[in-house]
Amino acid sequence: MPVIEVRGLHKRYGEKVAVADVSFAVERGEIFGILGPNGAGKTTTVECVAGLRAPDGGGIDVLGLDPRRERDELRRVLGVQLQESALPDKITVTEALELYASFHPDPADWRALVERLGLGDRLRAQYRRLSGGQKQRLSVALALIGKPRIAVLDELTTGLDPQARHDIWDLIEEIRAGGVTVLLVTHFMAEAERLCDRVAVIDAGRVAALDTPAALTSTVDSEQRITFRPSRPVDDAVLAALPDVTAVTRTRGGDELLVTGTGNVLASVVGALASAGIVAEHLRVEQASLDDAYLALTHRGEGEQR
Amino acid sequence: MTAVDGTTTARGRRGPRAAPFVRLVRTEARLFLREPMAVLWALVFPPVLLVILGCVPSFRERSADLHGLRVIDLYVPIMVIFVVAMTAVNVLPATITSYREKGILRRLSTTPLPPSRLLLAQVVLNVVLETLVLVLVVAVGRIGFGVALPKQPVAYAIVFACAVLALLALGMVIAAVSPNAKVGNALGMILFFPLMFFAGLWLPVAAMPAVLRRIAEYTPVGAATQALGQAAAGDWPNPVHLLVLVGYAVVFSLVAIRFFRWE
Repeated sequence: MPVIEVRGLHKRYGEKVAVADVSFAVERGEIFGILGPNGAGKTTTVECVAGLRAPDGGGIDVLGLDPRRERDELRRVLGVQLQESALPDKITVTEALELYASFHPDPADWRALVERLGLGDRLRAQYRRLSGGQKQRLSVALALIGKPRIAVLDELTTGLDPQARHDIWDLIEEIRAGGVTVLLVTHFMAEAERLCDRVAVIDAGRVAALDTPAALTSTVDSEQRITFRPSRPVDDAVLAALPDVTAVTRTRGGDELLVTGTGNVLASVVGALASAGIVAEHLRVEQASLDDAYLALTHRGEGEQR
Repeated sequence: MTAVDGTTTARGRRGPRAAPFVRLVRTEARLFLREPMAVLWALVFPPVLLVILGCVPSFRERSADLHGLRVIDLYVPIMVIFVVAMTAVNVLPATITSYREKGILRRLSTTPLPPSRLLLAQVVLNVVLETLVLVLVVAVGRIGFGVALPKQPVAYAIVFACAVLALLALGMVIAAVSPNAKVGNALGMILFFPLMFFAGLWLPVAAMPAVLRRIAEYTPVGAATQALGQAAAGDWPNPVHLLVLVGYAVVFSLVAIRFFRWE
């Protein structure tokens, strides 16, 4: 039985439709990703799930609760980390944790929580003195302090350096290992690929696809891209005539060749070059990634691609 | 129904932990004390200014123009209203608009504690601070310059409470209509100077020309200083002053509730 069920969610602000029609179900114990370009309706969707906004249509069920009518019960089982939610500049880490712990009937032991989050040595630091990663980790701690059964985490790693981002990822995996279901909003493909069991790609207020990252990737998997610089000039037509090759184009002022194809395209190309005595320098083979699947699904970024 | 359930659970489990609201007020108080400018203006400046004014010899002389009172006698209620206006119109809206801007109210709305409790905690903190300064200013006047203690302490307390409510409600209006902390700060400062003028900071209301005095008495600050003066002198304050204060409190509260935005 799913712990979160969203059916036909619709939300508009005045004339502007933020969420047109979104449905998905999150199973207990999974890390479920909501992926999509800015303005696709991701944040509005999770805000409706968290009971912060009233949907204009559709139904939401979180652990058997209606997020609007049963907000009080919901707040005790749902931990939320919102985008762009800060704390007062001069509150210390300890004060924030003790304060937010006091809001919950049965809070987690915040000392253990901060140790796990690597904030143990920053307890007396004021919020404004924390690094971006430390602020995010504190924010996660506050979302988890009420021992929620579901954690909703919105754009956790935006603006963090790679190290801080990886630390947060490890943390989310630990949270799940502790039995908490995680609903994760992100626009980083790598984040979704690394963490999520399943991903809903939302575009223009609708679910464009919903599957595991591997399955989403496989929808565009058939294509491979081979780039190289031939050691001697080569006739494009010869390559284009090879089996499994779908297209040959030149990039970087014509010095570099980009061959796309399917199946055994790599073997065909390298074999043809070798028999002509040409070496493929700077050879790179790219397989489709979640990035490509995402771009194909959201029809965006075509101009800046390739 | 759900709210009732929530309260009973919280009560049933109240153990050694402080109630969340008490902890919230305590945290807000600590945060206030970490803002040196706010502390300086709200807590330190009023008694210090009273001492400076008291050191001017002519301010300690009885004047027939002031019905036999001394200028320093008039300045005690003015300083009281100064601090109420300073905290209510400047500090309070600046704090609340910044809490909204930083998403602190939004974050609270995801916890079991309603975000309105943070506003209430700010109001409680303001009332406590203002009362503290009231005691401080009255004590400095009495000990330093022989200003008589209020002869009608009950009336004095009632007027003070009405003035606090009216000005806190005005502060909440500023917090409600300001889209961000910058506008909140600016509105507070713009309002603060006319308020202080009508409170009589530069020219005590009693010494103002008749027309100006009339106008002043229909502002919350002018009504408050006049009524405080009357209560200090041992009279029950003019009911018009009290009505003015209560009226502002009600109207400003309604406006603030109508226009307040949580995000």
